[in-house]
Amino acid sequence: MNGILQGNKIRTAALILGVFISLIAMVLSVVLGYTDTSLSMAIEAYTAFNGSNEHLIIHLSRVPRALVGMAVGISLGIAGVLMQALTRNPIASPDIFGVNAGAGFFIVFGVTFLGITSIQQFMWIGFLGAAVASSLAYALGSAGRGGLTPVKLTLAGAVMAALFASLTQGMLVTNEKALDEVLFWLAGSVEGRKLSMLAEVMPALLIAWIVSILLSRQLNAFALGEDVAVSLGQKTVIFKFAAALMVVLLAGGSVAIAGPISFIGIVVPHFARYLVGSDHRWIVPFSALTGGIMLVLADIGARFIIMPEEAPVGVVTALLGTPFFIYIVRKGIFHR
Amino acid sequence: MRKYWVIQRKSFSYLIDKKTTLAILILALAAFISMLVSIGVGELYIAPFEVLTALFGSGLEMNQLIITEFRLPRVLVAFIAGASLALSGAILQGVIRNPLASPDMIGITGGAGFAAVAFLTMFSDDSNNLLLSINYLPLFAFAGATIVAFLIYGLAWKDGVTPIRLILIGIGLMALFQALTTLMMLMGPIYRASQATVWLTGTVYGTSWKEVKAMLPWFLGMLPILIFLVRRLNIQGFGDDLTTGAGISVHRERFMLLMVCTALAGSAVAFAGAMGFVGLIGPHIARRITGSSFGGLFPASALIGGIMVVLADLAGRTLFSPLEVPAGVFTAAIGAPYFIYLLFKNQ
Repeated sequence: MNGILQGNKIRTAALILGVFISLIAMVLSVVLGYTDTSLSMAIEAYTAFNGSNEHLIIHLSRVPRALVGMAVGISLGIAGVLMQALTRNPIASPDIFGVNAGAGFFIVFGVTFLGITSIQQFMWIGFLGAAVASSLAYALGSAGRGGLTPVKLTLAGAVMAALFASLTQGMLVTNEKALDEVLFWLAGSVEGRKLSMLAEVMPALLIAWIVSILLSRQLNAFALGEDVAVSLGQKTVIFKFAAALMVVLLAGGSVAIAGPISFIGIVVPHFARYLVGSDHRWIVPFSALTGGIMLVLADIGARFIIMPEEAPVGVVTALLGTPFFIYIVRKGIFHR
Repeated sequence: MRKYWVIQRKSFSYLIDKKTTLAILILALAAFISMLVSIGVGELYIAPFEVLTALFGSGLEMNQLIITEFRLPRVLVAFIAGASLALSGAILQGVIRNPLASPDMIGITGGAGFAAVAFLTMFSDDSNNLLLSINYLPLFAFAGATIVAFLIYGLAWKDGVTPIRLILIGIGLMALFQALTTLMMLMGPIYRASQATVWLTGTVYGTSWKEVKAMLPWFLGMLPILIFLVRRLNIQGFGDDLTTGAGISVHRERFMLLMVCTALAGSAVAFAGAMGFVGLIGPHIARRITGSSFGGLFPASALIGGIMVVLADLAGRTLFSPLEVPAGVFTAAIGAPYFIYLLFKNQ
């Protein structure tokens, strides 16, 4: 499969353009919103801070959410690529497979029963939840006759997602205060996150980004089929474990800061494949950029759809992503 | 001695397995006992025997009042809701040919949930008063379930509907409706959000004869249809080609079954909320008892689903009393791990 961008030069140029677009998206995210601000005001906020309302908003709200949105979008994009390649399932993604719901359940559990509040604890508990949910979905999907098939894995993931969602609901039912605290977070949002939160999760995400790029050659071999990968000298067990670990880091870390944000992980890899074909060395960076740009833009959209209130960005991505998801399914990905 | 009794008429035929019949009778007895106990246990304990006498119109007047006015309708709603959900799950698993399918997995419940939460938030003013009578909530929930079922079917249609497309589209729509439900909860006051969560979890709190009367026709109305569809569903398990070869219009049948399934799930969810995992587990347990022929599977599923919700409601009322925990918490908390265990055990 070849994408519409052929040749390394054009792809490199497109990648640079992508970086450029993502910077513009972030600037837009800083400038646009309920409170009127301008680009010059945004620059002044850092060069000549005067303590005005607008400057404070830029410092405390706009800039952090642009950065958080970008980081989470990149992570979800890469997580989607890894999962789709690992499971050879074009609708694999952290949200469909219950990874987000698992992390969400563990975090809500922590908030209601263990009284955790710090983002650092959120993160570790989120990682744990992501790991538990993804391994359960994987084990469930490969149980029974016929071994692991894409459809079974998808169903198993959906079961895990439903399980964790209903358990989360069960906990919130008895605790209205906790509900108030976690409701906005549960919908998936990058609003109101402090830079310090991002700083705590960032090391884990950065490591996962770099490792994923290093793994992309191996992804190409793996995509040819497990037998071929073995005969090409790949240690598939180690590779699968490493890639799964990266998924957990990326999805768990994203959920810890932003809550479960759906559909970015499904849509983005398809878009990247449309651009650059089936070479994962290109798909991974392109997905990363597209994911970041999409989430930042969706977040800008979220400020305007129910103005003056804000919709959580997870709702916007779900609204945009569902039609696309249905399109992929209808295109007939599962030949059976 | 033969293993089966055979009943054959022009439009339906049954092979009645004697062992299955016995199992179903035992289940029916278990259902009856669990309902008796559930009626008896509460703030005021009434012994099962006294419950029986009260049901037949004798015994203490106070017991009679408590039982017929408050406890009986609640237990009945719980049983009918559970039975409907489990039946609907059994049908869906037959249509999709996959034991992981259930109305909560493919968005039918999600659509009902969204409609109900939208109702709670859109028709409530700043001081938490509902502008429309709460009696309309079931109507909204039912409409939500039906609309989603049509959406799933329509979007999955492409020269016919394959089971895989049905379930994948359903999963996608479920995610969408979950997001929309959260949006609705955020837009309304927190009091409504909290009320909506209870509803989304599934509860039979505060039900009366009104609910029983509204649910019963749906449940009873679907049963005769099922009797005719049973053997056709059995044959669908062999795959589309064979079913067509046997002279059955696969797509028409699939559509009808999906509608029956929606009607059952929709009416249950409308009155008892989105009770989780009953539709998934009920048929699974039933299959272990009666095997996978739908003639035995349907009654067994319905009974088991009913017992599950009745017991979950009993647990919710008593375990943390005076706090009332919605029954849905228990069906999910016990059902989900049990389900995982089942799947691993069948490996």
